[in-house]
Amino acid sequence: MQTSTADPLLSVSGLTLHRGARRILDGVDLSLGRGETLALVGESGAGKSTIAVALMGLLRPSEARIEGRAELAGEGDLFGLPERRWSGLRGGRLAMVFQDAGAALNPCFTVGSQLTSVLRRKLGLGRAAARARAVELLDSVGINDAAARLSAYPHQLSGGMQQRVMVAIALACNPDLLFADEPTSALDVTIQAQIVRLILDQTRARGASCIFVLHDLALASQSCDRIVVLYAGQVMEAGSSAEVLKAPRHPYTRLLKSCVLEIGTARLEPPAGGVPPWEEMPAGCRFASRCPRALPRCAGEKPPLTQEGGRALACWNPE
Amino acid sequence: MSAPLAQAAAPAAPVFELLDVEKVYQVTRPAGFLRRETRGLAALDGVRLRVPGGSSTALVGESGSGKSTLLRVLLGLTRPTNGQALYRGRPIAEARAAAASGFTRDVAMIYQDARGSLNPRMAVADLVAEPLRHFGLCTAAELPARVAELLARVGLPGDVAQRYPAALSGGQVRRVAIARALAAEPSVLVADEAVSGLDVSTQAQLLNLLADLKESMGLTLLFITHDLGVASYLCERIAIMYLGRIVEAGPTNAVLEAPAHPYTAALRAASPQFFAPIAEPLPGEIPSPVDLPPGCRFASRCPRAEADCQGTDPALTSLSPGRTAACLHPLATGA
Ligand SMILES: Nc1ncnc2c1ncn2[C@@H]1O[C@H](COP(=O)(O)OP(=O)(O)OP(=O)(O)O)[C@@H](O)[C@H]1O
Ligand SMILES: Nc1ncnc2c1ncn2[C@@H]1O[C@H](COP(=O)(O)OP(=O)(O)O)[C@@H](O)[C@H]1O
Ligand code: SF4
Ligand code: SF4
Ligand SMILES: [Mg+2]
Ligand SMILES: [Mg+2]
Repeated sequence: MQTSTADPLLSVSGLTLHRGARRILDGVDLSLGRGETLALVGESGAGKSTIAVALMGLLRPSEARIEGRAELAGEGDLFGLPERRWSGLRGGRLAMVFQDAGAALNPCFTVGSQLTSVLRRKLGLGRAAARARAVELLDSVGINDAAARLSAYPHQLSGGMQQRVMVAIALACNPDLLFADEPTSALDVTIQAQIVRLILDQTRARGASCIFVLHDLALASQSCDRIVVLYAGQVMEAGSSAEVLKAPRHPYTRLLKSCVLEIGTARLEPPAGGVPPWEEMPAGCRFASRCPRALPRCAGEKPPLTQEGGRALACWNPE
Repeated sequence: MSAPLAQAAAPAAPVFELLDVEKVYQVTRPAGFLRRETRGLAALDGVRLRVPGGSSTALVGESGSGKSTLLRVLLGLTRPTNGQALYRGRPIAEARAAAASGFTRDVAMIYQDARGSLNPRMAVADLVAEPLRHFGLCTAAELPARVAELLARVGLPGDVAQRYPAALSGGQVRRVAIARALAAEPSVLVADEAVSGLDVSTQAQLLNLLADLKESMGLTLLFITHDLGVASYLCERIAIMYLGRIVEAGPTNAVLEAPAHPYTAALRAASPQFFAPIAEPLPGEIPSPVDLPPGCRFASRCPRAEADCQGTDPALTSLSPGRTAACLHPLATGA
């Protein structure tokens, strides 16, 4: 997808990622402007988390073979960077919030020491300055009595509180781009709304961009400017989330939307079956085995991702 | 529903009835220098609930509100500290102990962690056959056909029978758990977050399966979920829990369309909705269940709280036929 924004921050093209013989990502294009929020959606195994960890430089060459480019403004192609430079970017211009904050925080250290160590290491703050900044950060993510909470261990906090701490750590160095991989799917709806609001408010206030991995399309429509719909490592459709979700053109986006439950939904009509195992993945359009509009050519020929009016679509027979 | 005079000719007892059930756990925690104190934590604090035969009820509430504890009480896995928990008019612990009552066969459970609840060394066919053998529900000769029938009923292809849980997807594992639960031909199905964490298409398939089973087998369903869409799709009734209490109960769609309790309204507003702005979050924090404030336990976060809410603990009272709420200043429900 070519960038639709005047001020691009990140532009990924032709991202293909192999794990062994499996092509987990197959020519993914996406771009993101400064201050924009983007949702990655799609069923389990679509490659949403893989995109995030690849762009954070968290995959070793022995784990995955990566082709394609990822241009970060002012940095050039991320995939050409030496590891030294990557480790400067992580926790600096690039930050990440994981799904399970309980597992991502170190249980052996207090919240305060995890937060101040980032501030001291990355921003070179002294002990007292780091502590003062840590209190400010915890306060800004809505933790009451922040000074006292510095001495709490992660297990002494509720799940929502732990996720707030993760957000505070991620924001500590004013990142340009924050990845939030299903930051709320382990939490209840009231806490989910709080955390998503928090991430949006805090990134907006800093002019930062955010890539959310979400499985809830309604939440994506509420929180993200743009959306990329993925299926088994291929981009199916992308564009402004309002346009794509109000009038999906790709059969897969339609399938996803038809399965969304809202209060009062009378009857769902989900198609039978699911994502096929990798051994049975069609060579062309990977959705072909489930697609109600498939043509004879679809399983063998991959449709190109074409651009039209700020939207991108990969389908031989769209609606 | 016939005449209110029916009290004498008692109607069939509900499947479950909880009468002011309390469940208090003793927890120890640090209290100053080198001291620990033991305090009571009321995971359930005066719960009243009636589950009539053939009904479907969603239990909704944030984490720590006591949903799982309530299920443990209903399944007879733990005894209430106070109050009565009845199964068809008889104390649950007693019913569970009496083989003749058929409790363990009649009440089936689907756990949140379906994979963890299945023995990884048993093939699917054996997992499904286990309850059939245990309750002596068919002869050895009939077993394979009965297993095949159960797998077909939950929408699993026949070749799954010879596989082990590790070789199944998340959705398939849940289907196996449902097949196992149905094997004993229960009349009550109790499920803890049975469809959470699944892809939307798998979730939709499972919800339709459960809805069809409810219909065709006349199952009584008790379903814990924090997804209001799931609650509204599957259950005619809903009970909203907050810190060990049921704070609102009634017909699902009526409650969700016009909540009476401010906490229900907050849940409703926080639940994702296409293209709506994200809800303004509730202020404040959930009080600790060991240090509950006097008065209404929702007062610290309630946008409608008034002076009397700090002093009076509201009881669950009837608002209109079938609807109850525990609030001194409920929202208008139009009923
Ligand atoms: N460490 C790994 N080793 C081998 N394969 C992996 C590994 N991590 C992910 N994969 C595979 O890569 C594909 C994409 O996985 P990924 O975790 O990116 O999906 P996702 O879209 O984030 O899914 P989910 O919604 O379940 O989080 C899947 O087929 C997965 O099985
Ligand atoms: N075995 C136990 N010992 C002590 N406290 C417990 C125990 N089980 C649950 N609790 C507490 O009881 C409350 C309700 O828990 P639970 O029933 O698991 O809620 P839910 O399922 O709604 O998340 C929580 O505060 C929890 O920490
Ligand atoms: S390319 Fe063919 S199989 Fe793929 S989504 Fe379009 S119509 Fe369906
Ligand atoms: S009793 Fe008062 S504080 Fe409690 S929910 Fe009702 S209005 Fe709010
Ligand atoms: Mg993922
Ligand atoms: Mg629970």
